[in-house]
Amino acid sequence: MSDFLLPDDTDPLTIPFWEGCRRGELLMQRFPASGSFCWPPRPMDPVSRTLEHEWVPVSGRGTVWSVAIPHPPLLPAYTDLAPYNVVVVELEEDPTLRMVGNVVAAADAPLNSVDPHSVAIGEPVQVVFAEVGDMVLPRWVRR
Amino acid sequence: MGVVPIQDRTAIVGIGQTAFGKGLEDSELSLACQAISMALDDCGIAPSEVDGLASFTMEPNREVDVAKNVGLGDITWFSQVGYGGGAGCGVVTQAAMAVATGQAEVVVAWRARKRASKASRPWANVAQRIEDGSQWSRPWGLLRPVDEIALLTRRYMHEYGATRDHLANVALAFRKHANRNPAATMYEKTLSREQYMEGRWISEPLCLFDNCLETDGALAVVVVSAERARDLPQVPAYIHSGAQGIPPQHNTMTNYFNADPLLGPSWAAAKQLWKRSDFTPADVKVAQLYDAFSPLIPLSLEGYGFCERGEGAAFTDDGALEWPHGRLPTNTAGGGMSEAYVHGFNLVLEGVRQIRGTSTSQVEGADVSFVTSGEGVPTSALLLRK
Repeated sequence: MSDFLLPDDTDPLTIPFWEGCRRGELLMQRFPASGSFCWPPRPMDPVSRTLEHEWVPVSGRGTVWSVAIPHPPLLPAYTDLAPYNVVVVELEEDPTLRMVGNVVAAADAPLNSVDPHSVAIGEPVQVVFAEVGDMVLPRWVRR
Repeated sequence: MGVVPIQDRTAIVGIGQTAFGKGLEDSELSLACQAISMALDDCGIAPSEVDGLASFTMEPNREVDVAKNVGLGDITWFSQVGYGGGAGCGVVTQAAMAVATGQAEVVVAWRARKRASKASRPWANVAQRIEDGSQWSRPWGLLRPVDEIALLTRRYMHEYGATRDHLANVALAFRKHANRNPAATMYEKTLSREQYMEGRWISEPLCLFDNCLETDGALAVVVVSAERARDLPQVPAYIHSGAQGIPPQHNTMTNYFNADPLLGPSWAAAKQLWKRSDFTPADVKVAQLYDAFSPLIPLSLEGYGFCERGEGAAFTDDGALEWPHGRLPTNTAGGGMSEAYVHGFNLVLEGVRQIRGTSTSQVEGADVSFVTSGEGVPTSALLLRK
């Protein structure tokens, strides 16, 4: 497991997001001045040009916007699981909030736990949280 | 139209390229110097006259090392453009700006790369802990550029009814052109639609033949003023218009996080390119479109206005991209997919050859030559004219 690539868990901007994942909560960055959500997170709101932001729990419900199925050559940890699905999930709260992830059979199931060819654009999914190395990452199950 | 300060004021007068291959013995520095030396010989300009250098931020060779080896004099202008394959036409455009504004008189622009060995795969050389923007995609197994473009491709197919047959149209057209170009890596290897359909998957929906080659090689061009160009031996390829493009809320490669992800950087570059031009897409008889991956062709055809949005895939039907009878012969030397992948700089040289009348798939009456750099990343484009 520890050979998977991992996000940066030391960036003060995004620490709250990763802490949310650890608690089983999907948080999105929102700038109160404009009310706009931003993903991926950033220092400045392009609408209001303000810096003050908050982390807001969202439903964790979304739909598959696209899907790719990588085959080797890949990095070793991923080669072992290929072919697997990588999806972009559009969140219910705002169609421009799209996250890269994987559809899996259950929170702790591997990347190849569903037939990658069965994953379709438009499928409804729900966030789950998986321990990967020393972090907790969002993944998606069908709902 | 008001005054366009750089329009037709400069020209590409010299071109040079090394052999393309896998595992070439020469170093990247040696390859760069050979290509530059050939480009200078091509136009009969002495190295001591070169006073400007332009390349990619990803170029491995420094100006100082190139200048030392080729025997250049005082270099008083130098510049680099970022974003990998998006840079090429921007590099040439900046060279044209430098010459048109008098900041330089003779600019060499080049790209050298040894990409063919497995050890040089950029995506494989990453730290486990990712600190840049790719931390929001790579941990989930979206590791390589092909995976990133595969996600956009699947969505494009879903929205517009594009199919693998359309992508095959692209791959087959470029292979046919490479089969006519002795310098092309795939000169002797034909490709059939059946072979394409049976090609192994790299990242579904993209197969092996939707991907560019991995190439060692180098290419260079020489840019001077239009006045100087008229006294030189080669037919000048005048730089008519050039533009770079980053659209609002763009994410390089993983452009999934805004309102309209399929509206890529080419749309931004196109607006400026045509605004500063006497021509429209209807005037373009030959194109060199950046093809790290086959789906970038329909996206570019749409972005630069050769068809309506969503029609780029259908545009490729009926041999539209094929020399000599297609409505827009494209990548006439074979492109990144079948000639060589040197970050798209070989497309610039083929654009010049079409103006000179020396392409191995020469389009008759090609008095306007259109070249693009990478779609999916901050990009650039060029219009050359006779």
